[in-house]
Amino acid sequence: MEVAIISGKGGTGKSSVAASLASIARNILLADCDVDAANQYLLFQPQHTEEQNFISGQKAVIDYSACTRCGKCIDHCGFEAISEVDGKVTISEITCDGCRLCMRICPAQAISMIDNNKSRLYCGTFRHGHMVYGRLAPGEENSGRLVSLVRGKAKQVATENNCDMILYDGPPGIGCPVISTITGIDKVVIVTEPTLSGKHDLERALDTVFHFRIFAMVVINKHDLNPEITKGIRQYCNLNNVPVVALLPFDPIVTEAMVNGKSYVEYAPQAEISLLTENIWKFIQNEKP
Amino acid sequence: MKTLKIAIASGKGGTGKTFVATNLFNALLHAKMPATIVDCDAEEPNVHLFFEGTPVKNSDVFQNVPVIDESLCTHCGRCHEYCSYNAIFHVPSLKVINVMEELCHGCGACFVACRDNAIHAKQKSLGSVTQIMINDQSCFIEARTRIGVYSSVKVIKAAIAEAKTDSFVILDSPPGTSCPFIQTANLSDFVVLVTEPTPFGLSDLKQSVETLSQMNKMMGVVVNKSGIGNTEVYDYLKEKNIPLLMEIPFSRDIAKAYSTGVLITSNDKNQRNNFLELFEKIRQQLWKSQS
Repeated sequence: MEVAIISGKGGTGKSSVAASLASIARNILLADCDVDAANQYLLFQPQHTEEQNFISGQKAVIDYSACTRCGKCIDHCGFEAISEVDGKVTISEITCDGCRLCMRICPAQAISMIDNNKSRLYCGTFRHGHMVYGRLAPGEENSGRLVSLVRGKAKQVATENNCDMILYDGPPGIGCPVISTITGIDKVVIVTEPTLSGKHDLERALDTVFHFRIFAMVVINKHDLNPEITKGIRQYCNLNNVPVVALLPFDPIVTEAMVNGKSYVEYAPQAEISLLTENIWKFIQNEKP
Repeated sequence: MKTLKIAIASGKGGTGKTFVATNLFNALLHAKMPATIVDCDAEEPNVHLFFEGTPVKNSDVFQNVPVIDESLCTHCGRCHEYCSYNAIFHVPSLKVINVMEELCHGCGACFVACRDNAIHAKQKSLGSVTQIMINDQSCFIEARTRIGVYSSVKVIKAAIAEAKTDSFVILDSPPGTSCPFIQTANLSDFVVLVTEPTPFGLSDLKQSVETLSQMNKMMGVVVNKSGIGNTEVYDYLKEKNIPLLMEIPFSRDIAKAYSTGVLITSNDKNQRNNFLELFEKIRQQLWKSQS
């Protein structure tokens, strides 16, 4: 079974909940799809068994000994990435999307492409099973494709090691990397919080999950921070036929556990939040979508 | 006056980026300074939850996607070959050619590739930009992408372009360190990174700092929820010589007020002064670099 933990809004506690679920499981495959800001490896310090390069894209570069400054590339660039600066045709590394059109149309053949190759994909083992995660190098892009790679690798490693469950810690938002994380999986757990922003982002996240017809369940973290909004979220979920599987309390133990390099279930197994998280785990396993 | 664009960003989500952006903007409003806030978190825009005003403009942001006229297509395959995004699906033997609009980045390579005049452009909406006047000199601009659209970059750029040039512009940046964040940071003069003093916060802060350093952007840090976690974030800032602009102590009351959409700068003069002080510190950093 493939299950993803997502949140819409960042900072709702998605990764802490995911880490704790992974600590309850036996022989799990935990895949960190938050490739912009991978955090699970910080907690679980996996022993690496494999490291791969990820070509996140390409950038166009100009050979100035060949450039005739005809300006054809400037006119054709659909991303406004090329301009003339101080009499020199200049490609903005930041804005270039790597589409290669300028390279193809340059009459002087002065443009070539170079790979962005600083991002990595890692596999390893950790105290609760196996781990696959991607780390996008700062400033590199195509996080959606790296997520696809993480997922492909996760499935392969899970099969080789008889892991029944793949748990994905998803990225925030609802864009390309999130879509890559949830496409074709069995269940999505959305971790939200009772703030106006949390509720609003949950609604957008649920729309995205519905768009891809995936079974969704909701966890309201820090529910006691605002009982009214918690009630509002429960009503919203009820109307949309989405189960709210846990109300987790605000507990400083979550941060304390993180500082100590542990998930909160590992750090305080008898705490209320840990016991409630075990219920989420049971629900994930029993509920047939 | 010269426009000053300040992006409020964070690698990790939920550190309080929108909290800082909205309160900084609100403090400027109360101080009667001309200000614009642009919600660049187009996947999950939230700034609208905190401000009311009169909508004055709402426009869609479009991207060109190709439409293939099969009666003219000779199945030469050049458009398929030119497309770097696998957005043109082509099986020559079956004479099947399809455009997968979700994958198209609108680069225009297929139009150039086609020699049979079989491709023309269609406009596809990626999202919208809404402008709301809060008073006669200040406004709020929201970028909002449609659900299922691969990238918010074009919508974000369109929203930032709408910002009034004669006001101080606060950009509430998207989280992370990938394209949407980079484009927002690229269009700003100064980036404020909001973090929390925890191991996850530090790890994500490092990613953001590395990205901004590569871009030669000026930056400073706001530590939110100070008092929780540990001191590693502070050690890192000292080591990298990054200015600590502000600390916001963790408080259940602040968290609770924020959860209901109440800004702490609305009722509390001291908090307004704290955020105005943040603004002045940012300006001083910029002036220092220019002199």
